[in-house]
Amino acid sequence: MTELSTPLDINRIQKLCAGDSVALSGYAYTARDAAHARLFEMIRSNRALPITLKNSGIFYAGPCPDMPGRVINSCGPTTSSRMNAYAPLLYDMGISFVIGKGPVSDDVRDAIVRNKAVYFMAVGGAGALIASHITAAWDIAFPELGPEAIREVAFDKVPLIVAIDCRGSSVFAR
Amino acid sequence: MRTINSDIIKQAVRDLFLSACRMPGDDALSAIRAAYQAETCPPSKEALRQLIENARVSDETGMPYCQDTGMAVVFVDVGQDVHVEGVLDAAINEGVREAYEQGYFRKSVRDPITGINTNDNTPAVIHYDIVEGDRISITAAPKGFGSENMSRIAMLKPGDGISGIKSFVVDCVKSAGGSPCPPVVLGVGIGGTFEKCALIAKKQLLREIGSLNSDTTLAVLEQSLKDEINALDIGVMGFGGSNYCLAVHIATYPTHIAGLPVAVNFQCHASRHAHITI
Repeated sequence: MTELSTPLDINRIQKLCAGDSVALSGYAYTARDAAHARLFEMIRSNRALPITLKNSGIFYAGPCPDMPGRVINSCGPTTSSRMNAYAPLLYDMGISFVIGKGPVSDDVRDAIVRNKAVYFMAVGGAGALIASHITAAWDIAFPELGPEAIREVAFDKVPLIVAIDCRGSSVFAR
Repeated sequence: MRTINSDIIKQAVRDLFLSACRMPGDDALSAIRAAYQAETCPPSKEALRQLIENARVSDETGMPYCQDTGMAVVFVDVGQDVHVEGVLDAAINEGVREAYEQGYFRKSVRDPITGINTNDNTPAVIHYDIVEGDRISITAAPKGFGSENMSRIAMLKPGDGISGIKSFVVDCVKSAGGSPCPPVVLGVGIGGTFEKCALIAKKQLLREIGSLNSDTTLAVLEQSLKDEINALDIGVMGFGGSNYCLAVHIATYPTHIAGLPVAVNFQCHASRHAHITI
């Protein structure tokens, strides 16, 4: 198990290989379908974004509503391929990692290679386990989207698998 | 004629979803543990280990096993000698509304055109059957969409036969890959009409995982499809290995001489349902 912290150092990214297990600590923004549509509308109309993309990470997730006594409720990854249309530009604009689940398109893989970035996969459906590795969460944008709002989360050693590394090798290839 | 007050039905539906949305059934958890013991591909084995750990954390904290607590699917068998006092449909939806609010479950239901969330996870998808007797049986089956999205239906030709059916099911699995959160259960419907075929496929997801089909021909077909699918090396989450599929459950219905409908409904490892008879 490789331990990593955000912001991800390029030297550390280059050492990661598809299939590696990692424990990631640090920060990421949650965003899924509706939040991506909003971000892209803002990018198209040249408006300032509510999040900093450079060297940051996006977690494709929409948690359950907050529960009393918990930092965040169940919060596992959602299917990455639904964000295929958005991911290449976000990698080009500076994000260094995405956390999602399942295969992504060749365009996304090419963007990962071009930007020396990485695609991590969390285990789909492991929402309670992943939430137990989140130590803080803040509302960032679009609260009216409910579960689809953008939040920033702080991870403590969340278990992930390198799905596509910075050379384009994929855990899904056979 | 027996009278049942709709308030009783509302409370039953609420309690069923409060229980079902939190944790997969014991049959699913046992099948996941068995897959973990059997799996030899390291990332798949690690993913299965995390799923077992996830169930433990969910049990300890009360957080739902998966954040996608689904669209509320409800199967209702209404005895023909029952009179419901009140409005049955409204009572079921009110039960769903209360469960998703009280359980801190995600409200995932939106208008398909405007995108506006209904904010209470209603309306439920309700399937009624009129049956003999004076009881009402209710099954709550919250359905996540990572797996639902991978489901497909094909209107095959009668001449396609068993081999056509098998290749369609395997083709569905190949195109779904790791996306539907494997290990999965596959509900397969064969025959009927377009909508009947999809419905019998969905109902197969309610069967106890791995239970033997009472029709021996179908039992053989289920095992042969499961073996073929698990040999594809897609594996848990698409990480490789031999435990993509926990079970294939098949139902048939007579169909028209001109057609052979086949529906494949994917169920992720969070196979959740709860049942009561009133």
